[in-house]
Amino acid sequence: MPEALLELEGVEARYGPVQALHGISLEVKEGEVVAVLGANGAGKTTTLRAVSGTVRRGGEIVFAGKRISRRSPEAVARLGVAHVPEGRGTLTELSVRENLRLGAYVRRDRAGVREDEQRVLSYFPWLEHRAGQRAGTLSGGEQQMLALARALMLRPRLVLLDEPSLGLAPIVTAEIFRIVGELNEKEGLAVLVVEQNAAFAFEASARAYVLEVGEVAVAGSSDELRRNESVRRSYLGY
Amino acid sequence: MRQRALGSVLWLFIAGLALVAYAFAPRLVSDFHSRDLAHAGVFFIAIIGLNLLTGYTGQISLGHGALMAIGGYTTAALVVHEHWRDVWTIPLAGLAAGIVGFLIGIPALRLSGLYLALATFALAVAMPSLLKKFSGLTGGGQGLRLLESAPEQVTGISGTVTILGHSMTQNHFLYYLTWAIGLVGFLIAWLIVRGPLGRVFRAVRDSEIAAASAGINLAGYKTLAFALSGVYAGVAGALLAIQDEIVNPLTFTFLLSILILVGTVVGGLGSLPGMVLGAFFVQYLPDLSTRLSSAPGVPDFVYGAAIIVVMILLPSGAGGLLRRLARPLTTRLYTRP
Amino acid sequence: MLLAFDWTQLAQQIVIGLASGGVWATLAVALVLIYRSTGVVNFAQGEMAMFSTFIAWSLVHHGLSYWAAFFLTVAISFVGGVAVERVVIRPVESAPVLTVVIVTLGLFFLVNGAARWIWTPEVRSLPNAFSTRPIDVAGVAFSIQDLGNIGVSLAAVGLLWVFFRFTKLGLASRAAAVNPEASRLLGVRVSWMLALGWGLAAGMGGVSGMLTAPALASFDQNLMQPVLLYAFAGAVLGGIDSPLGAVVGTMLLGVLVNLVGTYVDWVGTELRLPVALAVILGVLLVRPAGLFGRVSVRRV
Repeated sequence: MPEALLELEGVEARYGPVQALHGISLEVKEGEVVAVLGANGAGKTTTLRAVSGTVRRGGEIVFAGKRISRRSPEAVARLGVAHVPEGRGTLTELSVRENLRLGAYVRRDRAGVREDEQRVLSYFPWLEHRAGQRAGTLSGGEQQMLALARALMLRPRLVLLDEPSLGLAPIVTAEIFRIVGELNEKEGLAVLVVEQNAAFAFEASARAYVLEVGEVAVAGSSDELRRNESVRRSYLGY
Repeated sequence: MRQRALGSVLWLFIAGLALVAYAFAPRLVSDFHSRDLAHAGVFFIAIIGLNLLTGYTGQISLGHGALMAIGGYTTAALVVHEHWRDVWTIPLAGLAAGIVGFLIGIPALRLSGLYLALATFALAVAMPSLLKKFSGLTGGGQGLRLLESAPEQVTGISGTVTILGHSMTQNHFLYYLTWAIGLVGFLIAWLIVRGPLGRVFRAVRDSEIAAASAGINLAGYKTLAFALSGVYAGVAGALLAIQDEIVNPLTFTFLLSILILVGTVVGGLGSLPGMVLGAFFVQYLPDLSTRLSSAPGVPDFVYGAAIIVVMILLPSGAGGLLRRLARPLTTRLYTRP
Repeated sequence: MLLAFDWTQLAQQIVIGLASGGVWATLAVALVLIYRSTGVVNFAQGEMAMFSTFIAWSLVHHGLSYWAAFFLTVAISFVGGVAVERVVIRPVESAPVLTVVIVTLGLFFLVNGAARWIWTPEVRSLPNAFSTRPIDVAGVAFSIQDLGNIGVSLAAVGLLWVFFRFTKLGLASRAAAVNPEASRLLGVRVSWMLALGWGLAAGMGGVSGMLTAPALASFDQNLMQPVLLYAFAGAVLGGIDSPLGAVVGTMLLGVLVNLVGTYVDWVGTELRLPVALAVILGVLLVRPAGLFGRVSVRRV
């Protein structure tokens, strides 16, 4: 059994006086796609934010053998965690090309960056024609893909993907999940994805966690969870 | 019910304390220093006015010194040219500055944040030059001297003032006059802020769009706030003219606008009790800095450093601190079974 | 009447206006840099520039040539700007905007006081960077100093533009200014980007001060206060978040102020600034976001 790439142990988080996570434990192994599901306000987004350090958190978070529970977002990013935040974090004022260049901001290996640029463009060929355009003028689906492409420019060991389907047509969402699957298969990319749409999430992931009010309610392989009627009824509501 | 009563008792107690402090403060300091206290009262009034505008409707003004100039010059002109008794000019000074405030409020409707800051700033910067330009009315760079031009209209010039059988020195009179007006102004501001108008003001500050969708006449209330704030500034300017017995363009420079803004933020935006502290801060800090060392530059250096340190320690001003201190008391008051 | 109009004088006055506008432009760009990163107008910008100018004066006084002192001062100012951000602004990074504004006002008094403390309040002068001899262009005599000031200002702004447009660090600091949250997730040290912005602004201010001082017969610690007013007005005219707008705005303002002061007798020197401000307000009423500012969509 491969060692866990990311491990959360009793992680808590709060926004001011409101506690959003009450001791979450989960793990992501090398090369694994893991989904986090749950209703609105269950703490899915906060879980990702706890990992990347954009919320005040407690408990143990270990990434690639290093304790990151006290590190700043920029330090976590420098370790190879690419967080595609809620709302995609598009730098709308900058051009598409500049967004991509910033994805590789922390990297010093120029040759590697150029190589990755070609690799990323092979997944998202349309980006090349839009390189000079202001990112804010892209459609929602295009911005989501740009955000994913930008995350890949970091050459990450783990991608945190926050609700890629948000506000997108199902056909666009399907395309994004297809690319995530391809990345995982071809390159062994590890992904922790938060998703409201359970069907897509189960399809793309090997394992899944279902959250309820800041705690893990159920965990297991995605196939099992998908077939489990009571999980579906009680937590996912369909 | 019982908590409410307790709360009211607490407020009455504080109000009583304030009145006692008001009545006896001059006895604690020398006659000369009661004029400083009176001067602090001028800041107090102007700061309340700016707080109504900035703290409660969120409109920034860097030009309150100019509104004070309107008030000050109204008083001086009436005394010097028309031979009015100085104290009776105060309402007119407030009215004049209120009208000018209202007029500024109209273009201000199209400008928000920084642009409003620039507009009011422009007024503050332009005011001294304008005052010099219209010298027929304003006496130009020399200004207007109340004491020399119309001594018989200056209250207390004979040394004592007698009100209701009480006689007091001119300095004590100026102190009592200024702070009496200040306390009335405070009370009016407090009633406004607590009442329906205050709710409207806060709604405008927190979200103009939401306020407009709730049917609030944005333009009307924003200009009203400017006019109100202008009245306070005008009264403050009038009192300053009466205290100094002279007005000239140098009294009302941009620096005065800055001091009022500093006092407002140090006192705490959106907090009325904090304004007293804001006023004392602007009045006494320069003196204290000069006492530390009067070598060239040192007082300003200390003054600037003090402002910075206060803002770092109290980012929401003295008002924020008062709220924090009062919280345990009020929560205990309101949560007792 | 029309025939008697002196076109040569007009051309000269325009160049003089552009020259002062150019000097204001460097300070205006400094204001824009800080406005974009910190969200406030730095009222101490002029005083910081004044402090830089006094450093330059000390360097020249100790035997350095004007240009050696110029570049050394820009470097020192950069470091000083970074230090100011770290010590004074960082603690109020998350405070309300007006609190930060008051801190910059405090900084105004502090820096002005410090300069009078260190250098004493006597007047002094800096040598001219350029020859004051006029040169003849198409029959019109221009002063080399004016043309030099325009050139240096534009070069400084141009260098800054190259930095933001073509370097990785420049790109990161632009990103940090528009979307700090997302930038941190990309590994950008946003807090240091603010310090970088303050450093660059202080450097630009230094340029502005060192161009302002030699043009005056003598100067004291208040030399940059009028420059700050014009720079602020020009930056707002151009749209406070646009460096290009700041340059165009201040240059327009320079020409406007100079022409109004020259041709409208009633205005003279006394009312130049008020008239300029009135014109700007008129423009802002028509274009509330300035000439080059982007009208931002407000979220409800």
